[in-house]
Formats: sequence, C-alpha cells, structure tokens
Amino acid sequence: MLVLLALTSCSGGEEKGPQAPVQQPAQPTQSAQPAVNPSAGGVATDEFVPVKLPAAEAAAKPAAPAMEPYDQELPGGRAAIAMVPVPGGRFRMGSPAGESGRADNEGPQVEVEVGPFWMGRVEITWEQYDAWNTDEELPQAKKPDGMSRPTPPYTDMTFGMGRDGYPAICMTQEAAREYCAWLSRKTGRFHRLPTEAEWEYACRAGSKTAWSFGDDPAALGDHAVYAANNGNTYQKGGQKKPNAFGLFDMHGNVAEWCVDELVADWYGATGGTSPRTDPVAHPRRTDGKPLRYPHVVRGGSWQDEPAMLRSAARRGSEPAWKQRDPQIPKSWWYFTDAPFVGFRVVRPLQEPSAEERARFENP
Amino acid sequence: MKPVSRRSFLKASSVAAGASVLPSAPFVHVGGPEEIKVGVIGAGGRGTGAVSQALSTKGPVKLWAAGDMFGDRLEGAIGGLAENEGLKSKIDLADSRKFTGVDAWKGVLDSGVDVVVLATPPHFRPHHFEQAIEAGKHVFCEKPIAVDSPGVRQFLAAARKADEKKLSVVSGLQRHHQNGYLATMEKVHDGALGRILFARCAWNMGGLWMHRRKPEWSDMEWQLRNWLYFTWLSGDHIVEQHVHNLDVINWAMQAHPIRARGMGGRQVRTDPAYGHIFDHHAVQYEYENGAWLFSECRQIDGCANDVSEHLYGTDGEAHFGDYTITGKNAWKYDGPNNDPYQSEHDAMFASIRSGTPINAGYYVAESTLTAIMGRMATYSGKVVTWDEAMNSDERWGPTSYEFGPLPVDPVPMPGKPRAKKV
Repeated sequence: MLVLLALTSCSGGEEKGPQAPVQQPAQPTQSAQPAVNPSAGGVATDEFVPVKLPAAEAAAKPAAPAMEPYDQELPGGRAAIAMVPVPGGRFRMGSPAGESGRADNEGPQVEVEVGPFWMGRVEITWEQYDAWNTDEELPQAKKPDGMSRPTPPYTDMTFGMGRDGYPAICMTQEAAREYCAWLSRKTGRFHRLPTEAEWEYACRAGSKTAWSFGDDPAALGDHAVYAANNGNTYQKGGQKKPNAFGLFDMHGNVAEWCVDELVADWYGATGGTSPRTDPVAHPRRTDGKPLRYPHVVRGGSWQDEPAMLRSAARRGSEPAWKQRDPQIPKSWWYFTDAPFVGFRVVRPLQEPSAEERARFENP
Repeated sequence: MKPVSRRSFLKASSVAAGASVLPSAPFVHVGGPEEIKVGVIGAGGRGTGAVSQALSTKGPVKLWAAGDMFGDRLEGAIGGLAENEGLKSKIDLADSRKFTGVDAWKGVLDSGVDVVVLATPPHFRPHHFEQAIEAGKHVFCEKPIAVDSPGVRQFLAAARKADEKKLSVVSGLQRHHQNGYLATMEKVHDGALGRILFARCAWNMGGLWMHRRKPEWSDMEWQLRNWLYFTWLSGDHIVEQHVHNLDVINWAMQAHPIRARGMGGRQVRTDPAYGHIFDHHAVQYEYENGAWLFSECRQIDGCANDVSEHLYGTDGEAHFGDYTITGKNAWKYDGPNNDPYQSEHDAMFASIRSGTPINAGYYVAESTLTAIMGRMATYSGKVVTWDEAMNSDERWGPTSYEFGPLPVDPVPMPGKPRAKKV
C-alpha cells in the first residue's frame, strides 16, 4: 500500500529537500536553516520509521523528492518542531457505510489525491506555541490581522493539566492559522494547518480500517490517549505508538484543527469518478467575513470515546466552545471551553502561489 | 444544599431579617409577561457580556439605557451587542438614554429601567449599588464590590436595604451558578471531607491587557482606561481577580477567615505603564475553626500557572478544578456543564418574575473583604484581623473625579506606613 502511495506522490514533485526551501519567499526574519536531525525533538524515536520512497520506484521517477524528516527550529532556541515527510498519494476519504460508530457526514467515500507534505510528528506544544505568544515584535491584537499575537487570556488555558511539554490547547482555528502564518514568516517556509483531506490521509497512513492500526478498539490504548486511559488530562505527545508515517497521536490526545469548514455533505457534493486533487473547503465568506463555525477538528481527544478517534470521524467547532468567555465581544483567540483542541502544522512540498497562500492565511 | 450561614453578616443584617413590616416593592413583573428594562453602567467587555446574558433570559426583556465614562467605549459596546442577530431586536437604546461621563450612572438610574448591570471598575461599585438600591432597581453587580473597607460597609448597608425592599441582587461570582461547583459544594457541606484541616487556592498566571498612554489623556483618563493597575480602581489583582478563589473557600467553610498574614511585591511587572500594584501576593488565612487557607495570586508571565481551589479534610480532599472528591467518600461530578454566566442571569430574572428575590450581596461583600484583608496584610506586612479589616478607615482614591492631574500612589512598602501620593 505504501508503495502505491509513494508512486502517486512522485508526479509533479520537485527535487527540493528540506535544506533547500522550495521557494525563497519574503526575506525570513531570521536565518532558519533547519538541523536535519530526525532523532531530536523530545519524543521516543525507537519506533520511528520515516516513510521513504523505495529505491526502485525512486529510480523509475527521477523527479521524486528526497523528503527527509527534520527539526524546524524556532526563534529563541525554543523546542524545535519535528517534521515528518508524508509522501503524496491517493486514498479513499471517509468511512465505509458499515463502519461501527460512523456518522453520515463521513461519506460517501471519495477518491482523493493529496500532494506531498511534511507534518508535525506530534501536536504543537505549549512551548512552541508560546514562542509566538511571547514574540514581542508583534502587537497583541484583539483580532488576527496578519502579523499579530493574542491578547493575554484571563485565566489559565492549561486548566491545571500542565504546560511544559504538553500540547497547546484552547486556541481558535483563527489563532492556529495565525500561528502558522507567523511560523512561515519566521522560517521562510510556508506552513499551514492541514486540509481535512491531508489530515485523514496522514492519519490513515495507507490503512483502510477504522483506526490506522486496525478495527479493534481494544488495541486503542497502545496508540492513543483517550477517555479510557487519559487520567483526566491530556498527555505529553509521542508516548503511544506512531502510525506507518511515523506520526504520533493522530488518534486522541488533543483533537486537531484543519483549515476546512465542516461541510456535512461535502463528500457527496461534487460526485464524479475522477479523484479530487488537494480538495479543501475554505470557510465560506458572507458579507466579506469568513464563516466562524463550524470548522473541522479531527482525531478526537483525551476526552473522547473510541468512535470519535476513528480516522474518518469529523467534528465541527461551535459557539459553546467559548461559553465561559464572559466578555462581549468574545475573544477571537481562545476557546475557553475546548481544552480538547490543539493542532499540528504541515509544510507542503509544493509551495502555493501567493494567492493560494493568502487564502490559507486569511480565509 | 444546606443554607450557608454567614455569621457576622447575619448578625449585622438581623434588623432586616427580623423586620416584620417590609415596604412594598415594585412587583410589576410578578407572574406576568411584562417586559423588563435593563440598563448597564460600565459598558466594557464584561458589562456588555452581562447585558447579552440578561437579554438572553426567558421572557420579554430589553436593553433600555447604557452609560459609560467614555463615549468610544459605549458605542463600541453597543455595536458589539448589535452584531448578535438574536439580540438586535432587544436593544432599544434611544440616544437620549445613552450616557457618558462621571455621572453616566445617574442617567441610567433615572431612565426607567428595572434592572441595572453594574460593571464599572470596582471603585465606583459601592456608590452605584447604593444609589441603584435607593432607586428601587434590581442589580447584577460584578465582583469585586469594593476596593476598600469603607466601600464594603457602604455596599453592605445597601445590601440590607435590598432585602427590605425585596430587590434581587446577583453578583459576578459565577461559580455559585456553575453546576460542577454546586454539586461538589453540596458534598463538602454534607461532610464528605470530614473535618476540613486546610485549603489551597490560587490565581497564578500571566499578565492581562494594558493600554499604552496616549498624549491627549489626562492622568485620570489614563488611570481609568488602565484601571486594573491602580489599587484605588481595582483593589489590586488579589481583590479584582483572586476574589473568585477566596470566595470558593469561604463558601466551602461557610465562614470568613478571622486573620490574615502574607507577603507580596512588585518584582517583574515594574513598568509605570502598569501603575503601582503588586504582581504577586501569598496570604495565609486562618478560620475560626482552626483551618488554614494558603492563597496565592500572581500576574507574571512565564511562570507556572494555576487557577484552582482545593480542600483537605480528615476524610478526603475536594478539587474543584475537576469537581472531584477523593478519599473515604470518593466522588466525581459527571453531570452536564452549564454556562454559569448565563445561569446567574437566568436565576436573577426568574427571581424577579416570580417575586422571590435573591440576594447575593452578603457573600460577595464577605469575599471581597476577605481579599481586601489579604491585601492589607501583604501591603503592610502585618497580621490583619477580620475586625480590623471590617472597621478600617483606609480609603483608596480621590473623592472627586475630574479629568485632570492625578498622582499615582506609590508602590506599597511592607513594614512602612502607607505613603502619601507625591
């Protein structure tokens, strides 16, 4: 299966590795040549198997990118973001009608093709998130405006669950987007949230089962932090088994933002037999403003039961996630009632045009 | 749940409680669908939030008047409310019922409203509350209700009047309306912990917002717009923010502390843009039953955060953060979570419509004074008793509020008498 995926990924790829950014966009604010060091990054690596193109296939497709895992350093010597290559490929998105725990919005299944990208090996940690939060070059703005950072929260957004080494939570999708935009400018490499298609492709890592390891919920505890084993809190990332791409915690721990609006009938909406390529449902705009709800989160969290952790399970954000924000207007940055939501970043191999990029940064 | 006995306050309010003849109050809403008109005094983010909750209660209700010190704040608040489609039709604010300036409160009280939301900086609360009760209004008052002892006494006198006049008073201590807190507290009051030995509570986190001074701002305007950082306006963060946690422990103990000792300082957040308040306080409170409360509050970025309350008894512990009781009577709340900010307004408006007033004035005053007592201890370095705190003449702030020069209070120095402004 992985070979097939890898084959598909070759088309259109360029010979650009992590040490040679695909493009040199706007002058990076500081030098950010990454250390190529797949073993660093603070998570267990003994089970980590980077997905690489088999040699024979690579030879057949000389344009195949030599994507390697690397650590994306952050300003101020903060903990680097361990990035894992995810070869492009084709897969069936959504769940089959018979899958246990399935919701209607997970189908009908569609053929989807996604381009190659790197993805964070674990969810963004507080330390990595705070590199942005505490970047004094940026104004603390009430609203995301391109180059800004959040106003301070009124209460402790970890809710006593720990900060150092734990995943960042309680941010809105807008905040996660701004983080990615900041990361792009700081590193000179385009980062963004994964599309829903990319997320599911990365989560499945070639699998067609309910979870990437199979269909048996009894095995979930080896792969995920969830309701049955959470200790009433999130956990540090990377402690469970990774999937075939070497990604940890795609199931559970914290649910993860995608860039998409949650469109319930999206899979069936376009129909046709040819695969969709890099589909994305950017939040719709009305009156010049992007739709605030619902945005997609995937993967389920430490609070969830097994069904919500399935590769195809979708969840949408809702205003209740802000109900304990006592102010009007409520903050753009925080979901006071979503201590189960975090995110990870992706970096597409093929950097998008300025226009596409703007769409990701300002939906 | 067992009734919360508030010894000193019950004593103080016995006249009201025992009064046999209660003056008739304007019960125009009892049992009827009549519209309730709401006014807000102090239209910042929280005041506006409280209005949106008031407007979201059952039955006809309208935002009828609004006042703020500053016109830009007022218009911003009204605009923010009107963005909510569900509330738009409930906003009926003629320009003649929008008030700005130092006396904006008066315009709101005289506009024909039934309920007022008091959400200015806390310095003004005792006076606004007194005047609102005097005018026969039901009141939602944000916490804390004062910044000094004279203010607490003024508020309490008015709270007793509210009882006499059968007016409802609800405070911004929303944990009293949060399902998980209520259920956990019920267990505590039923004795799940045995004898309570000690308690911990904290509001430790980073700093909050600050508005850089604009050249055209007078001292007064600059301080009002950055009210968090001036003791006369906010009470310091131990009063303004930590009151929530102290209140939970008082609620659990069904008493207030009798003594406080503590230390604090202004170590990291020293830029004059942040006024003169401390950035950390740590207070040990002693209760009459021998239990101790270890309290911390800090507003310093980059340190360990902790916003929580815990109780430790002979039979077990209570942890309010996750609504859990451990030990002999282990238990965990697994009911639904509610929006406590909405619930407190639902409770108030239901009480008005049913003619069964509720009065949260006593416990919010008691918890505010608990925080003030702690601040008196950290500012002075002395042991402060409840009676000293209750009877203190230490008043903060000017007596009139002209937009002009206003020197900043010096940073309090423990061990030294309170310095005069320079």
